[in-house]
Amino acid sequence: MPEDRGGAGTFGGRVMLTFMASDSEEEVCDERTSLMSAESPMPRSCQEGRQGLENGEGAAQWVGSHQQSKASGQEPESEFGCQDRQRRDERTRGQESEEDHEEDPDRYVCSGVPGRPPGLEEELTLKYGAKHVIMLFVPVTLCMIVVVATIKSVRFYTEKNGQLIYTPFTEDTSSVGQRFLNSVLNTLIMISVIVIMTIFLVVLYKYRCYKFIHGWLIMSSLMLLFLFTYIYLGEVLKTYNVAMDYPTLFLTVWNFGAVGMVCIHWKGPLVLQQAYLIMISALMALVFIKYLPEWSAWVILGAISVYDLVAVLCPKGPLRMLVETAQERNEPIFPALIYSSAMVWTVGMAKLDPSSQGALQLPYDPEMEEDSCDSLGEPSYPEVFAPPLPGYPGEELEEEEERGVKLGLGDFIFYSVLVGKAAATGSGDWNTTLACFVAILIGLCLTLLLLAVFKKALPALPISITFGLIFYFSTDNLVRPFMDTLASHQLYI
Amino acid sequence: MTAAVFFGCAFVAFGPALALYIFTIATEPLRIIFLIIGAFFWLVSLLLSSFIWFMAATLTDNKDEPRQRDLLIFGVLISVLIQEMFRFAYYKLLKKSSEGLKSINPGEKAPSMRLLAYVSGLGFGIMSGVFSFVNTLSDSLGPGTVGIHGDPPQFFLNSAFMTLVIILLHMFWGIVFFDGCEKKKWYTLLVVLLTHLLVSALTFISPYSGLNLVLAYIILVLTGIWAFFVSGGSCRSLKLCLLCQDKDSLLFNQRSR
Repeated sequence: MPEDRGGAGTFGGRVMLTFMASDSEEEVCDERTSLMSAESPMPRSCQEGRQGLENGEGAAQWVGSHQQSKASGQEPESEFGCQDRQRRDERTRGQESEEDHEEDPDRYVCSGVPGRPPGLEEELTLKYGAKHVIMLFVPVTLCMIVVVATIKSVRFYTEKNGQLIYTPFTEDTSSVGQRFLNSVLNTLIMISVIVIMTIFLVVLYKYRCYKFIHGWLIMSSLMLLFLFTYIYLGEVLKTYNVAMDYPTLFLTVWNFGAVGMVCIHWKGPLVLQQAYLIMISALMALVFIKYLPEWSAWVILGAISVYDLVAVLCPKGPLRMLVETAQERNEPIFPALIYSSAMVWTVGMAKLDPSSQGALQLPYDPEMEEDSCDSLGEPSYPEVFAPPLPGYPGEELEEEEERGVKLGLGDFIFYSVLVGKAAATGSGDWNTTLACFVAILIGLCLTLLLLAVFKKALPALPISITFGLIFYFSTDNLVRPFMDTLASHQLYI
Repeated sequence: MTAAVFFGCAFVAFGPALALYIFTIATEPLRIIFLIIGAFFWLVSLLLSSFIWFMAATLTDNKDEPRQRDLLIFGVLISVLIQEMFRFAYYKLLKKSSEGLKSINPGEKAPSMRLLAYVSGLGFGIMSGVFSFVNTLSDSLGPGTVGIHGDPPQFFLNSAFMTLVIILLHMFWGIVFFDGCEKKKWYTLLVVLLTHLLVSALTFISPYSGLNLVLAYIILVLTGIWAFFVSGGSCRSLKLCLLCQDKDSLLFNQRSR
């Protein structure tokens, strides 16, 4: 859930829409969380909520940045990611090899700079709002482009070759009513699996089974980066009739996968990490597009948005429980698989002493911090840079500019599934795909705006998916005949 | 058809819009957002007009060719009307949001209404052009022979140029429209609406004669000149720009006389 605490809007701080936590997040989270946990006693207003999204759980949540000063101790430091991952691992084990349900929607709430005066915060919030929206638009657009390009060119992903075990009912029925019933049943099964997994993850988290979660995540990301990439590469080569010998193939896939594991789970250049995250989101989305039957996919998308809405806004949701548990324990957050556009990892500070800010800021170059983050990445990092002033365990390194926006990978995946399905089934029509694309971007924009207005946790999936679904069905059934008729008569409006 | 046709037509239709986007809009995040919102508004207007046309078509349920054509013309006219209505709605929204932005964030300079007029016009234009032409473009990559049944073979090129003129016209209409709204010159809105109707009506003329294209480009030039003067340009500033002189040297020349 995105939470916007205090006066700061989501834009000023880190707006994180954490959605899916794939495997490798765990490692990264550890570093980051260890960095964050090394802060002052006041918990970093970073909340991490994760929804077990594994199978289409659209737990896109907005994370609002909030001031620590305003976070009157109610910052949930939830370790949803762990639970989600664990749940995901469980689910992965029970799945066929083709199924890749590693994504758990992780909601990541991170607060921004603590202790800033409210007016300044608001100004900073709005000043960087548009920039952060664009920082989200670009990766979402890239992911969608990859998915649509693949769908339109590679036949493999539009062929029907079986279904996931979570959607056992077939849609090859004779009557429309039966087909609809089957799709609803498929959706019910999938959503209930997700809910059960979330609850299981909450339970696991409560009993601190971290190693289990770590292992599961590593396995999931291994499968995603190696197996699915191999399949994808194979299909692309088949489509373009390019021959590749096995040694070259092995070398390519090995390099791609190994660098991906390092970048995602450990450290790597930010751009490379972002690229890998976008690629694995696209791969996951392609898997969903291939294996979800048509009507089930649409109903699942709708149900996921509703579930996301309910889980984020209802007080008894598993996500809330995770958040509260993490908060009670004051444990480091496990960042789930989140796409981050930030250049610098902020090491939050409990209190910001204005008088000492000048002195503190000097040794904390953004570049320096980034370098040290990359080179050290140890929990002791904040201690290494601990300022000589007592009572300040950490330093506020984050400048407003560097506070990037974080979006969960589950959001990427479900947006891409929607657009990809529109491209796959829209009878070869590009207008439908474009309409869905614009609708999703507008939904993302609106969600950010709502977050800035309401200043509390909001899910990121519902608005975009709703717009996307409305525009898909209306464009496919109303606009397409109109535009086709106009085009055939060469009329322009 | 060949890749040359595809790329040629794509760049003819979308080249100027892409250049405008890259040089003026891509650098500022807020402008990109307003562009996409403008595109969304056009999309919603298209949705509404398609719905009306669809309802009319299903209600009459007449398969006669002339009847279908009449319905189509009706659909086009309604669509133009609704597009201009949504342009007005977007203007109202921008007016409200700029006031809101100013009140919340006094330090930050909000984009001027002129800039927003340009951005919104471009948004409308890009979306309109893309929706009109993308399917045709993707067909041009496939196999086939244009004009095999006696139709003129310049189908793709004609469509590309028509799309270009529509995109640029939307941009100019946006500028002129918003200026008319700002200065409460309501006749401007009427003129924009009539010009839009005229351009669409021109496409009813046989699309293969090329006459509609020439007329559309004449209207484009006229609207462009109007937009230029409305947005603050003048003969002097044009001369400055074309002769690459800066203001100081011009003033100096005048003073020395």
